[in-house]
Amino acid sequence: MAQTIDSASCEALIIGGSAGSLDVLLEIFPALRKDIRFPIVLVVHRKPSNESLLTDLLKSRTTLAVGEAEEKEFLAPGKVFIAPADYHMLIEEDRSISLDYSEKINYSRPSIDVTFQAAAEVFKEKLVCILLSGSNSDGVEGLKCVNSFGGKVVIQNPDTAIMPYMPQQAALNVVPNIILDSRDMADYINKLND
Amino acid sequence: MIDNEQVEILLNDVLENHGYDFLEYSPASIKRRIIRLYGLDNFVSFAEFRYTVKTDKQYFKRFLEEITVNVTEMFRDPSFYKSLRNDVLPVLGTYPFIRIWVAGCSTGEEAYSLAIVLKELNLLHKSLIYATDINPSVLEKAKKGMFPLSYLKQYSENYLQSGGLKDFSAYYTANYSLAKFDESLSSKMIFSTHNLVSDHSFNEFQLILCRNVLIYFDKGLQHKVFNLFDSSIEKLGYLALGSKESLEFWPKAREYKRVKMEKIWRKL
Ligand SMILES: C[S@@+](CC[C@H](N)C(=O)[O-])C[C@H]1O[C@@H](n2cnc3c(N)ncnc32)[C@H](O)[C@@H]1O
Repeated sequence: MAQTIDSASCEALIIGGSAGSLDVLLEIFPALRKDIRFPIVLVVHRKPSNESLLTDLLKSRTTLAVGEAEEKEFLAPGKVFIAPADYHMLIEEDRSISLDYSEKINYSRPSIDVTFQAAAEVFKEKLVCILLSGSNSDGVEGLKCVNSFGGKVVIQNPDTAIMPYMPQQAALNVVPNIILDSRDMADYINKLND
Repeated sequence: MIDNEQVEILLNDVLENHGYDFLEYSPASIKRRIIRLYGLDNFVSFAEFRYTVKTDKQYFKRFLEEITVNVTEMFRDPSFYKSLRNDVLPVLGTYPFIRIWVAGCSTGEEAYSLAIVLKELNLLHKSLIYATDINPSVLEKAKKGMFPLSYLKQYSENYLQSGGLKDFSAYYTANYSLAKFDESLSSKMIFSTHNLVSDHSFNEFQLILCRNVLIYFDKGLQHKVFNLFDSSIEKLGYLALGSKESLEFWPKAREYKRVKMEKIWRKL
């Protein structure tokens, strides 16, 4: 498995998660380097009523700038962009963000597939996508697409996931570049910066 | 797969042959809609797809219906409707007559929600709601005022959260799987097609709602549409946008004042 990471080439990191992924995120964020040079995008399933909870929790755990993605905002290095509840989030060729209020995909809005797919085409081999814990199969189609455009596919080890179904489905359908235990995620991400 | 260049070819054909201009829509979202439709309708080649879109009038109707995103809800963003109820409509209530434009109304859920609030404030009798959309088939549905019964539980929760005072079920009658909304609501609505990209201002309003439409437009087109709204809003009138949309970067935004924390601006 690809242990040596061709790291200079990471231009965007996208992390998708559903049920059980919050714990992993809260474990990753405090351990991230302060000088991360690429944007980090989070697509996490949650109830629209808890709009700012995720943002607030993460803000308290990292010195990186964290915010809900704004429509037409440009992805900036070292910033964390959270896909807003109840919108799909797309990435444009010019690396700005478009929000989309179309049909749910995999019963989800935001859908991880939608963001993975849009980013795959824009960043090609310079994209890293991580799929975390969850109990549906959102993200799997997206990872296939990331794979076909040469981006890196990282899956949480289902054995370390609170809800293993989502990473299991991914591992069954896509050949990942690496499968990581949750406690090794932060280290992996920090090394993308080297 | 369809690439960016093919998207452009297709959209140029659509403009030339059908007069609809999608060239200034946000590229990633319009592309996603095109790829979705291509897959749904099992086209085998881009050439076949292009030819059909270009020449088949009946198919173009479907293209227009599917390329636009028509998802909507009643009382979506309850705090927005609460602000309309408490901050905006009572001010407009002092006018002898209230003209409202709901631009990009889709199947009408927003217009019916608004009519319900007007009714509860005892303003509906002197109001007129112009509800417009680019897509004629959603307007046909909107006129009927019938929405799937299965959504009504969510809608009535939204309604209560927005400060609604009545029993929500008083506004509709259940008819098999549909809820038919009271005709006293639709009697104050005028439905018509209107394309925000190419059609002009058609009246002056005290309130314009255009929510979750501008996210599909690029920045340049957003600004053109803001100018269109600016020429259609009376002094001291209001403009309401979707929860992720903003006037912020539009040069004339200085002439508007934000109402509290909501996406509502008042023209000064
Ligand atoms: C996502 S819906 C929003 C419905 C409603 N306003 C809401 O917020 O729930 C977007 C609507 O905008 C309409 N639309 C898209 N382009 C338009 C244009 N150029 N002119 C007018 N309406 C347009 C679509 O047909 C669709 O019905």
